[in-house]
Amino acid sequence: MNYNVLFAGFGGQGILFQGKVMAYAGLIDGQEVSWLPSYGPEMRGGTANCSVCLSHEPIGSPLVVTPNAFVVLNGPSYNKFINEVEDGGVVVYESSLVPDIVEREGITQYGVDATRIAEENGLKGLGNIIMLGKLFSVLHFCDEQSLYKAVEKCVPPKKAHLIEANIKALKLGMTL
Amino acid sequence: MSERVLMKGNEALAEAALRAGCRNFFGYPITPQTEVAAYMSKQLPKVGGVYMQAESEVSAINMVLGCGASGKRALTSSSSPGISLKTEGISYMAGSDVPAVIVNVQRGGPGLGGIQPSQSDYWQATRAPGHGDLHIIVLAPSTVQEMVDLMMGAFDIAEKYRMPAMILADGMLGQMMEPVEIPEAVDVSKIEKPWATNGHRNKRPHNIINSLYIEAQELESIVKARFERYEQIKANEQRAECFMTDDSEITIVAYGACARVAKNAVRAAREKGIKAGLIRPITLWPFPTDAVRNAAATTKTFISVEMSMGQMVDDVRLAVNGAVPVEFFGRTGGVIPTPNEVLAQIEKNAGGTK
Repeated sequence: MNYNVLFAGFGGQGILFQGKVMAYAGLIDGQEVSWLPSYGPEMRGGTANCSVCLSHEPIGSPLVVTPNAFVVLNGPSYNKFINEVEDGGVVVYESSLVPDIVEREGITQYGVDATRIAEENGLKGLGNIIMLGKLFSVLHFCDEQSLYKAVEKCVPPKKAHLIEANIKALKLGMTL
Repeated sequence: MSERVLMKGNEALAEAALRAGCRNFFGYPITPQTEVAAYMSKQLPKVGGVYMQAESEVSAINMVLGCGASGKRALTSSSSPGISLKTEGISYMAGSDVPAVIVNVQRGGPGLGGIQPSQSDYWQATRAPGHGDLHIIVLAPSTVQEMVDLMMGAFDIAEKYRMPAMILADGMLGQMMEPVEIPEAVDVSKIEKPWATNGHRNKRPHNIINSLYIEAQELESIVKARFERYEQIKANEQRAECFMTDDSEITIVAYGACARVAKNAVRAAREKGIKAGLIRPITLWPFPTDAVRNAAATTKTFISVEMSMGQMVDDVRLAVNGAVPVEFFGRTGGVIPTPNEVLAQIEKNAGGTK
């Protein structure tokens, strides 16, 4: 299975981090992976996105133009990319931040009220990771343990105390 | 075997330069290569190296010239507009036979252009990286791992032939993360550079590093000797990856980020029964003429695929020398072609050759 995933939202929502955890999990799993951030004017205007590919073949273009999985944390990004999602694709959207859902046949969309759920569970700021947990529960893109190990790799040493909360957020997301 | 880690291309370039024994970096920030400089600014002081953010690119390249002349491994990195500023110093280095490594993480041009990935500095890198009769070695990675591998070898090849070497990357390769295995550091302390101007306490005649030769005859003979060296490089250092070219009838030539896209398109074309193949130049100067000529035995059409208006296509045409048609497909200004766009070009040409 090739996973061509687009993560999108506002800068500061942890979009690039979400993608990095997924990419690292794939790497730990022994898959070929790539991670490509947007660094253009759109990022400077407030939105951020990154492309993540997981595959058992070497990855050609790391730029995901037509994702088969789309994780989205704001309305503008949802509107920009929703019609690019491949048929059969999966969308995980932040239901309180993406107000207008486009009904599209052939794709499966999961709304997650991640920001609120994070706050209610003492995981403020980890809505992004809850959403990654949800994506994992739908796609199982790697071994579950690889995902937890990836968190340990991606959380910087100075913030090591946040590893536990990130893993809790992943597990919480998997139950939604 | 060391652990595979996830690294940005720019950071991988910087780490590889450190492992290659480079302890001297002179630069000036510019998107999308700034992580090279940022990484060096953090790491070099820890290992007793010199990190210098110069006041301009012109200044930085002249620091590289001075440092390289002393026999030390020196690195500078920039992106397209910054490289234009460095060309004066690159010419002086070529004219003084000083080795060093220059990184160009290309962005769209001309002028300030944009900050998205591009390959529109091919002509500059391979034709005129400075004024005068000169070449520099130009290496084109297409994965983050290759960023590391080519950087590790770039200093060696630059020193072997006493000339500047350039890593010609682009914003996509610089910004993306991929798994990478970083080799062990090499010991460069034993490399002899009898030409270096590094102080000798009057134990030998002093060395002169210079590019000024007022006598025309003298300058001509020096340039000619240098071009004999260039011929050796053309004979010995051409490198290319050939993918499915044994029987390819439509052969793509693409380097760097574009080669990754093209490879997807070649695979997709094969699934449709089209005999497509890919030649991926790893050295752009010397251009892998031999690989292209070999592929011409079965190829009915070459397509040069680039993120430019068509620059490398000139070298493909020179190599093919009229034997078969050479087409071009490209996007420019920072737009990355999609595999489907390239596939459409392959299909179009396959239809024409049936």
